This record gives sequence, C-alpha cells and structure tokens, in this order.
Amino acid sequence: MRVNFTVNGRRYEADDVWEGESLLYVLRERMGLPGSKNACEQGECGSCTVRLDGVPVCSCLVAAGQVEGREVVTVEGLADFAARRSQAHPGRGHLPHAERSGGGCASGACGTALDKARQWEAEPAGEETRDTGELSPIQQAFIDAGAVQCGFCTPGLLVAADELLERNPEPSDADIREALSGNLCRCTGYEKILDAVRLAAARAEETV
Amino acid sequence: MGVTGNPTSINQGTRTKGGIGESTLRPDGILKVTGEFAYSSDMWHEDMLWGHTLRSTVAHAEIVSIDTSEALATSGVYAVLTYDDLPTSVKNYGLEIQDTPVLAHGKVRHHGEPVALVAADHPETARRAAAKIKIDYRELPVITDEASATAPDAILVHEGRGDHHAGHVPHPNIVHRQPIVRGDADAAAARADVIVSGEYVFGMQDQAFLGPESGLAVPAEDGGVDLYVATQWLHSDLRQIAPVLGLPEDKVRMTLSGVGGAFGGREDLSMQIHACLLALRTGKPVKIVYNRFESFFGHVHRHPAKLWYEHGATRDGKLTHMKCRIVLDGGAYASASPAVVGNASSLSVGPYVIDDVDIEAIALYTNNPPCGAMRGFGAVQACFAYEAQMDKLAAELSMDPVEFRQLNAMEQGTLLPTGQVVDSPAPVAELLRRVKARPLPPERQWEVAGEPADVRALPGGLSNTTHGEGVVRGIGYAVGLKNVGFSEGFDDYSTARVRMEVIGGEPVATVHTAMAEVGQGGVTVHAQIARTELGVAQVTIRPADTQVGSAGSTSASRQTYVTGGAVKHSCEAVREKVLEMGRRKFGTYHPAWATAELLLEGGKVVTDGGEVLADLVDVLEDEAVDIELEWRHRPTEAFDLRTGQGNGHVQYSFAAHRAVVEVDTELGLVKVIELACAQDVGKALNPLSVEGQIQGGTTQGLGVAVMEEILVDPKTAKVRNPSFTDYLIPTILDTPTIPVDVLELADDHAPYGLRGIGEAPTLSSTPAVLAAIRNATGLELNRTPVRPEHITGT
Repeated sequence: MRVNFTVNGRRYEADDVWEGESLLYVLRERMGLPGSKNACEQGECGSCTVRLDGVPVCSCLVAAGQVEGREVVTVEGLADFAARRSQAHPGRGHLPHAERSGGGCASGACGTALDKARQWEAEPAGEETRDTGELSPIQQAFIDAGAVQCGFCTPGLLVAADELLERNPEPSDADIREALSGNLCRCTGYEKILDAVRLAAARAEETV
Repeated sequence: MGVTGNPTSINQGTRTKGGIGESTLRPDGILKVTGEFAYSSDMWHEDMLWGHTLRSTVAHAEIVSIDTSEALATSGVYAVLTYDDLPTSVKNYGLEIQDTPVLAHGKVRHHGEPVALVAADHPETARRAAAKIKIDYRELPVITDEASATAPDAILVHEGRGDHHAGHVPHPNIVHRQPIVRGDADAAAARADVIVSGEYVFGMQDQAFLGPESGLAVPAEDGGVDLYVATQWLHSDLRQIAPVLGLPEDKVRMTLSGVGGAFGGREDLSMQIHACLLALRTGKPVKIVYNRFESFFGHVHRHPAKLWYEHGATRDGKLTHMKCRIVLDGGAYASASPAVVGNASSLSVGPYVIDDVDIEAIALYTNNPPCGAMRGFGAVQACFAYEAQMDKLAAELSMDPVEFRQLNAMEQGTLLPTGQVVDSPAPVAELLRRVKARPLPPERQWEVAGEPADVRALPGGLSNTTHGEGVVRGIGYAVGLKNVGFSEGFDDYSTARVRMEVIGGEPVATVHTAMAEVGQGGVTVHAQIARTELGVAQVTIRPADTQVGSAGSTSASRQTYVTGGAVKHSCEAVREKVLEMGRRKFGTYHPAWATAELLLEGGKVVTDGGEVLADLVDVLEDEAVDIELEWRHRPTEAFDLRTGQGNGHVQYSFAAHRAVVEVDTELGLVKVIELACAQDVGKALNPLSVEGQIQGGTTQGLGVAVMEEILVDPKTAKVRNPSFTDYLIPTILDTPTIPVDVLELADDHAPYGLRGIGEAPTLSSTPAVLAAIRNATGLELNRTPVRPEHITGT
C-alpha cells in the first residue's frame, strides 16, 4: 500500500508498504530516519516514542496505515519543532499558564529552582559543544547533565520529556518520573535524566 | 559506496582545558541527542537483505531431520543455511572453550539455540520463511541443576570434552571447579563463639541492554567481508569469526557500530558469523537485527547461583573463619563460566579479613540458557550471600551491622584467601562510615497536609494499592569487593595509536583504538588524556576498528585503566618524539631544552616552571608524529587448581551502599526510597561519567533485588519470560534518588592512580536492598529477587 504523511514538517510518500509494517519500521527503514529506536518493539521501552498529531506514542505499536494524512515528529525534527513552538509562544515558550495541566503541584512546591538545577550542570569542554544553536533546550540539557550514556533510550526520552515540559514547564520530580515512566533506560539509573529535565525547566524559567 | 550509518570520526575541543579530572562532555553527545548516531541496527546498504535466525523450540533434543525446501522456495528468499552449509571444518566458537556450534549439529542443548539462517528481501519474509523450515526433534531429558547434572546416569551435555578444564573437574557436566584453601577453617571454627550459616539463591539476571544484537555484513570484492557490529571486543570477535568463514583475519574487516549498552552481554558472539555467512553465500549485504524476544535468546545471562556459607565470629565481633560452596549454573555452553568461577571463588570472602577459609566454586553444564559475563561477573552472587551472613552475625552478636563490618574490614596490606596482598588503598570501613553518616530521607514523604497521599512515592506507585496502610520502613547496608581487569594470568593488554600534526594552523591529536565504546564514556576519557598529555585542544577520536591493534574487552571495569593506560603511554611516546624534534630545531636557542623538565601545554612546549620554549605548530611544521604501542598492566598469575593460591588479580574496586526502603507488608510491594553509594575511584578522570556509572550500576543491582529474573521452567528448561512485558527492569518510578559520594585514594600502580569503577556498585546495591527489606519485615529472605509472595508468605 501507499502511505502519505508528514514527518518533521515534510510531506512523505511511502510506496509498497506491507500492511503489517509499523510506523517505526517505515521511519527507520523506508524514510532514512533511524533516530527512533527499536529496543523492544512491543511498547514497553519507549525508545521509539514520537509525536503523532502532538501525542507521544510508541511508533512500534502504530501501524503505518494509521498515520495516513497525519503529522509525525521524531527526534530528528525535535530541534525544529521546539524552535517553531518557541516562536509561536515566546518566553518560556510553551503554553499559556491557564492551559497547563496542574497535576502534581498540589503542595505548591512543584518545580526545581534554577540555582538548584544548576548544580548538576557539567562544565563544558569546548564552546562548540555547548551552544550549537541547533539543539532544542531538552537536547542541550541531556548533553550538559550527563543524561546520555549509550544513548539508545535517549531519542524516546527526549520526545517524551519535551512533551512534558510543553504541558508542564515546572514539573516536580514526581511529575517527571510519572511522565517518563514509559521510557526504559539501562545505563544511567535515571538520576542524570532527572537532572536534565530539571535543568531544561530551570533554563526556560531563566529566559522569561 | 552506498552505506549509510557509517561511523564518523568525532571531534571535540577548542581549548587546552578539558583534560583529566574535568567533567568534559561526551564527544558523541550531539549525535546521540539528534538521532544521528549510527547504532548497529541503523545500518543500511543498497540492495541489502535481511537475515533471520531460526532457533530451537526445545531445550534438549536430537535433530532427526531438517527440511528447508519450502523455505527456499519462498519468493524473496535468497538463502537458507544449516550446519551442512558451514564452509570449513571450524564449526564451533567460544570465548575460552570452543564448544558453541555456529548452527546446531545433530543436537540442540538449550531453548533458543540457532539451527538455521534465512536471508530475504524483507525481514518479515525472512521470518515467515524460517517458520516454514521443518525440524524433527527427538527430545532428551533435561539437565537443570546440580543434582541432575552430576547424577550417576546423567546425560553429558558435551560428550568427549577435550578442553583444558576437562581433566580436573569431578564430573564432565562441571565446566570448571576452583577450590581455595587457606589456614584451617575447622580449627578456627572451634574458636568461634557464634557460627551462622545459610543457603542463598541468586536468580538469573539479563543484561537487558536496550540496543538489540544487530549488524551489517557487506561482502567485499577481494572475497572478504566488512562487518559493522555492536560488540565489546572487536579482536576477540575477529579471532572467532575468521576461522569459521575460512578467511584470513585481514579479510574480515570489523568496524564498531554504535553500541546500545552491553553490560557483559556482548562478550560472546551473537549474529556476527551468521550475517557474514549469509553475505558471503548471497553476495549481497546482509543485515540482522534481533527483536527483544530473540535478544533474550541471543546472549548469555548472569549465572544464577546457589551459595552455601558458614561464618564464625568471637564474642567481641572478630570473624574466625568462612566456609562456602558456590554453584553457578553455566547453562549449555561454557562462555565465560571458567573465569566467573575464578572470580566467585577468589572474591567469595568479600572485603573482610578472614585468615581461615575453605572455599569451593563450580560452574555446571546444564540445558538451561547459557550464562556468562554480566557486570559484576561472579562477585555479585557472592556479595549477596556474604553480606546477608554479615547481618546475621551482627544480629547474633547484638552488634550494629555497620560497626561489625568495620571491625572486620579489609585494608591496605590485608592478605586475601588466595595469598595475594591488597597493595593499594582499601577504604572499606571509611566507605561504610560515609553512607551511614548521610542524613536519612524524611519518613512518610507521600503525606501532604490536607491532600490525598501522593501514591507515586508509595509501594505500588500509580497502581494506587496503598495510601500508607501497612507500610513499614527498613534500612540496610552492604559493601563489596570486585577485581578490575582480566585476572588469572591473562595477557590483558591494550593498544593505542596516537598521531599529532598541524591541521589548519593548529596542533591536533588523533587517537585511534579498537576500544568498544558501549556507553561508558571511554571516548570522552581518551580525549581528556590526550589533552592532558599533549597539551592540545583539538582531539579527534577515530572510529574503533580492527585496523589498529586490540584494545581488549570493554569488560571487567578495565577500559579506562588499560586502554586509557595505552592512550597515555602512546601520548607519552608522541610527546618524547615531539620534544626531540623541538630540541633538534630549537635546542641551541635556549638551554632549558637540554636541562629542564618539558611539558606540552596550551599548544606549546613549556618548562615545568612555565616558560614557553616553542609553539607546537613550529616544532611540527608539516611533519606528523604517529605512534602505535601496546600497554600492559602488571602481570597476574593463575590460581593453583588445588589450593587456589596465586596473585590472580590486578586491582580491586570497593563500593558501599545504604538502602532505605518502604514495604507494603500486606501486599509484599517494595518501594526503594533512597540508595546511597560511596565508592573509591582512585582518581575520577571524568567526575560526571563516574557518577553516571555508579548510579547505573546501582540501579542494575536494584533490579535484581526486587524484580529482574529470567524464569526457566525446571521441567522443560524453556525460558518463560523473554520480553520486557514479563522480564521487568527498573523504570524511573522504581528507581530512587541515588546520592553518590566519591572517594579518590590513588592506586599508585595504575595510570593517574585511577581505579576501575563500573562494576563495584552493582555488587553492594542488591544486598543493601535485601538487608533493608529484612530490616523492615523481619523476614529471612535468602533469595533474590524478592517477590511479593516472599514477603506476604502467600
């Protein structure tokens, strides 16, 4: 069959797609976008997480035919996606306060202060490693906080964490854990991933 | 040539800063966050085929017949291979003992053993064709434990063994046996005021690296093959692959692709030979990617173990003796079992001073899944048992469990049961002191005034199983002892090629090794070492391949020590050569060239007093200095097969944990609240990476404490949970905060005084969590992982 859909803002047409192929397979093997990863292919690990019409999904569990006419954002398009969002909603960038979900903030102690988040920030080795200008804030924070080791879980975590910060710019630790609980990481013990999300949130606050 | 996903050289650094001791950032970080980093499963080649492996559905059987005709006739299928298609007389491989068939011959010995291969133009076509292969099995009884393996009429898993362990084992179904005897344990036991004993069970853990086994084999015009693959040791793979293909090693050119984690699970071959065979047969590039189900069959696991321990102590808390017997289930093929036995026996005493010991460790051949290397490698199972024993002894003596451990803690100068002296710092008591001194996390953190309990902080989590009812807190401690590097006389060397030249008006160093970067950050450290030693800002790390000498394995916490040592060594040689060139060119202009200690710093030759003598650009001009050297750590010795005596280890690594847990005693659910670690790292070359290693290792220990276990049916020896739905690894909700306290006591024998760090935290994490659950519940809990029914007794 033929499938038409938009990936990272660009129209794609995939031909000769077998009906059993997943969105993940089509992205990786037919579109040359292997950034979304194939760690379990049964929806348990989250390493294939993409946005489908804005909603984070495991692309391994989406049949290619289901995405006909829809919009997909993968890790390869995350920086562009974040930049465009930032232009549309300047400042802290994401959604107006009223539209944010208030989950997890019952105590009023949600979010991590910038000073506190800064303590996890590593010293960069060279200027070019720091500010490429081509990364989204969450991508930069993952590098700076040491949240990347083997990196196989990273693309899915980035897409999930970016979506979290979009709807909840000041997440508590419990919010972060809940939002990322569908993404397995085997290397880091998650501490540096939490640091990265805190850091990205703190930096966004700083730029307001 | 139409390949995408080829590894690219990584550049890093624009200033002289960024040397050792700094938390420089990963040079592959940007590629990894943008999705551009090419993992082995991302390879693509024009005209490429997909390989698929057909695996046995039974654990132990004779193969009566294989009929591949229907599979071969399937449209889109290019080749179907079985044992009969293997091109040479070399049909087995193995890390130490070549007992593993490339494809099953006449018999399968475990569930999921490779029997046939298919190459087709679509992965689903290959899978469906493989399903059409008809195999007639005649099932045999399964050997699943020590009793069935050593019964008088036991079927031999491997008949006619001729390996170098065959002669000294008490039964052919025992891969290797290592006793260690020192002092007189029986006589010492008579002096003990209290004696405790216990039998402990350690479940089978999976490495569960996220990047599945995968790679691409491309047939070359010279009759050879180019293989892009994720592995832990390129040259070890090469040594095993080439003879099976009937090719000289220089015609099997291996390049390391992006590796999605390893943890020991990539020491053995998986799809390497299979992809090459299919590529050479079809003349087309062949890609193989396991799915998660197949990955559970595609690599060895951590040895499950039964451990029997007896310890004695005097009333004033001094250990008198230790006796132990450790039975490791090696499964159907040897893999790393002999070395795991060596570790389990020689480290079975833990970081304690005990003069009188009687130790025995064995690994079995069974029809269970093959077991081999996993982070902690034999020391993990022992630590789980001896730490439980320490708590039992402390309780018997009414002593504080930490003080009891400190009273018996090993220190520099302690003699191990093998007779080897611990000749570098061993701050065991101090590490325990540090984790104990840390403030405890607040109680009942789920309680929020005037609000419903935050279930995310409670046992059961979002399942909403309790709001605090039946929840009790417990605290537990543990400390462990791990060796660093390959032991028992292995020639554990590494090679580094370092080049220095002027590019674009700037001095640039290029580091080329065959080290497998599996996520640990070795590439970051290599660049740091080059900056420190050569005083350049720009360092290029070349992709790892077999065009340079072996770097040994990314295993045994050894790479920063050994390949880091090799990079340092080659940098020093390059520096000497550069200084020689400087002396030749400029020596007559300044006496310091002859008299002072000279360094390379900030792109310049400087004296140790800081005076600048020359710019490296002027010294080098258009010449390049290019040196490839091997480097070795101190040699080790084999353990005596009867007494276990011998200087078998290179270096030791120590970590301690304190676990704080909350247990829902009604449902048997455990929430680990905090898992604090203190570790001596000798010298933290990259503090950020060090923390990452400690936290990651700690979490793998947590996993096998409360959730991770491969379940093997004892009647059929079949794996029951080969998926991430049924084999659970910790999520971010299961993982607590992991505060890390890093101690840096230099080991003078090691480069920069560093200590291998990757494995030690995986040892003590598990027993600390178990101790905390025991503390909370008062239960004995002699097996790991702990399941809810072990706590509720239902």
